[in-house]
Amino acid sequence: MTIKVGIPGSLLYYLYYPMWRTFFNELGVQVVTSGKTTKNILDQGTREALADACVPIKLFYGHVMDIKEQVDYLYIPRVVCLNGKTVYCPKFLGLPDMIRYSIENVPPIIDVRMDTRQGRFALVKAYLAIGKILGAPKSLVLRAYVKAVGILYRYNRLLRKGWSPVAAMNFLDNQVGGTDFDGPLKPSLKFAVLGYPYAIYDSFISVNLIDKLMKYGVKVITAENIHPTLLALQKNCNLPKRLFWTLSDRALKAAHYLFNQNKIDGVLHLTAFGCGPDSLLNRLIEMEAKKHSNIPFMTLMIDEQTGDAGMTTRLEAFVDMVRRRKEVH
Amino acid sequence: MSKVTFPRMGESWRTFKMLLEDLGNEVVVPPRPSKRTLDLGVRYSPEFACFPLKILMGTYLECIEMGADTIVTTGGVGPCRAGEYAMLHQKILKDLGHNMKMIVFEPPRHYPINFIRNVWTLNKARISIGGIISHIKRAWRKLQALDSVEKLSHVTRPREINSGNTTRVYRKVLDWIDQAYTTPQIIEAEAAALENMKNIPQDPQRMVLKVGIVGEIYVLLEPASNLEIEETLGNLGVEVEKSMFLTGWTRDNTWNETTERMTVTEAATPYLPELVGGHGRDSIGNTILCAKRGFDGMIQLAPFTCIPEIVARTILPRVSSDYDIPVLTFFLDEQTGKAGMSTRLEAFTDLMRRKKLLQLRTNCLTG
Ligand code: SF4
Ligand code: SF4
Repeated sequence: MTIKVGIPGSLLYYLYYPMWRTFFNELGVQVVTSGKTTKNILDQGTREALADACVPIKLFYGHVMDIKEQVDYLYIPRVVCLNGKTVYCPKFLGLPDMIRYSIENVPPIIDVRMDTRQGRFALVKAYLAIGKILGAPKSLVLRAYVKAVGILYRYNRLLRKGWSPVAAMNFLDNQVGGTDFDGPLKPSLKFAVLGYPYAIYDSFISVNLIDKLMKYGVKVITAENIHPTLLALQKNCNLPKRLFWTLSDRALKAAHYLFNQNKIDGVLHLTAFGCGPDSLLNRLIEMEAKKHSNIPFMTLMIDEQTGDAGMTTRLEAFVDMVRRRKEVH
Repeated sequence: MSKVTFPRMGESWRTFKMLLEDLGNEVVVPPRPSKRTLDLGVRYSPEFACFPLKILMGTYLECIEMGADTIVTTGGVGPCRAGEYAMLHQKILKDLGHNMKMIVFEPPRHYPINFIRNVWTLNKARISIGGIISHIKRAWRKLQALDSVEKLSHVTRPREINSGNTTRVYRKVLDWIDQAYTTPQIIEAEAAALENMKNIPQDPQRMVLKVGIVGEIYVLLEPASNLEIEETLGNLGVEVEKSMFLTGWTRDNTWNETTERMTVTEAATPYLPELVGGHGRDSIGNTILCAKRGFDGMIQLAPFTCIPEIVARTILPRVSSDYDIPVLTFFLDEQTGKAGMSTRLEAFTDLMRRKKLLQLRTNCLTG
């Protein structure tokens, strides 16, 4: 019988799922994922997780609940640092432990630690450790790793071309289909949507933010669409200290880059209720926006109760406002 | 001449004031956080900023009204938000039109140059290096004296016969220590203070519960932020032991010599092997150590949205059942009310007392 490994469809899923799936498949392991967020997943997560946790963590709980009965292992790596500099939100750092000690009957968790500050081969070692848990021979693991890295490279290239993660995953699966964010209409406006990948690309929790914008004829650009070198060039965004957290740092850099490049018509920051790092990030983006008052800026906050109607009203009003301004000038 | 202020944490301001003045600075003593401090802080901080950041924001604004133009504070290297506080405070204050000078002490091990430069900036009196070191040593001794009387107050309060006695004496002896300047004076004042505290009439027969307090350092050390939880507990007949003191940083090393033969980190590792910033891992480790030492219960104090304490809080229920020790968590923010907290504390104390009586009875029967 093949081993089944579960990958919850939230948090790092949007950045690394194609890589992880390839890796496990190459080892002859079946991957089970919870896929898209549903109402049921959100409700389960809200019930299981601590009330004071942020919405994305609650969602992650929901995704775990969704698949935990069907798998032999859950794959929740302890991702600490992947670029040698910034770390992930402390909640990512304690994620495997939170799941293990607060959900009943969880299958064994593969929680290898990934921290590239520990040396050049830290990642390879981490994947070898995973292979060992699954009883795969070393040579096979190394081959799987190389292939997985290749897939990740292709995936990131697609994202940079302006594809959404869902479209890019689809394309890698079937080698067909896929569109960028342009949508059917000829886009007349270009917006930046900033925020964590697991919030903006999760069509349920973001209440279809990106699709809605596309429908209004807005082209969307996200931090994942920008080449990492351009982001790295932003240095510390004129701050005395860079933000400690990888994804927050990336969003701030994207904001800095896009505002200064001055080629967009509006900026949206999607922030999650109860998010710690966002309290800083949002204020810093807001301050940047103040310096560029010609580019309208809006913060959208999502929580468990965010409804379609409220979101639609606010978005429509914002898009209208931007459009009118543009016609005047 | 510039006027210097700093974050307020419990009674430690007495030491920092002395040290900064010794170095030749004019000091603005941060006032005790009040309703107004909170209002100011909340108004000018991001909504989901952690509670300590908001209180400090309010404190700084009040100090600015009092004429301060320089803030001395600490930084940090993550992974938690505290390390970015200074930067955000400065930006917000600047936005409000206050161009403050920030002197941020980063951990000297990572940034030795920063440390030396900061000390040099603060050294207005141009004292020699030897002089600075002896000033720091004396300040440290004063901090220890303040900590030791505070610790004793936690022991006497639940046992006092006349309610309110401890708090009154404690206020009085704090002033003695405050006034002491030379090291021998500090030692003498400390001895007199401890003596006075011990002389408070106490009831040795009373059944006193022992509770450990863990959590985030600011809300642990500043009574105004935790609604004087230690006093409330003391009045309920509970002796508290805080897991953290400013002078207690070195305690992790000395733990090895206790009967547990285990550091806080070692104790926490089976549950949380990763450092999650702040004091999340310590909260778990200390809960385990206190359980092993036979405490009756634990209280976790955490600022609302505090990342490391949320991680800890998620894991603590399991620790609580594995080690059979009740744990109560408070997430604190500007809306936390004292009445609500007292009710929860009373219920918690009842639970611990019943558990303890039951244990005593079974011990009698079996043993
Ligand atoms: S970054 Fe924010 S939203 Fe993401 S896990 Fe951390 S607290 Fe939650
Ligand atoms: S430990 Fe908690 S309160 Fe302190 S900075 Fe971190 S999140 Fe804020």
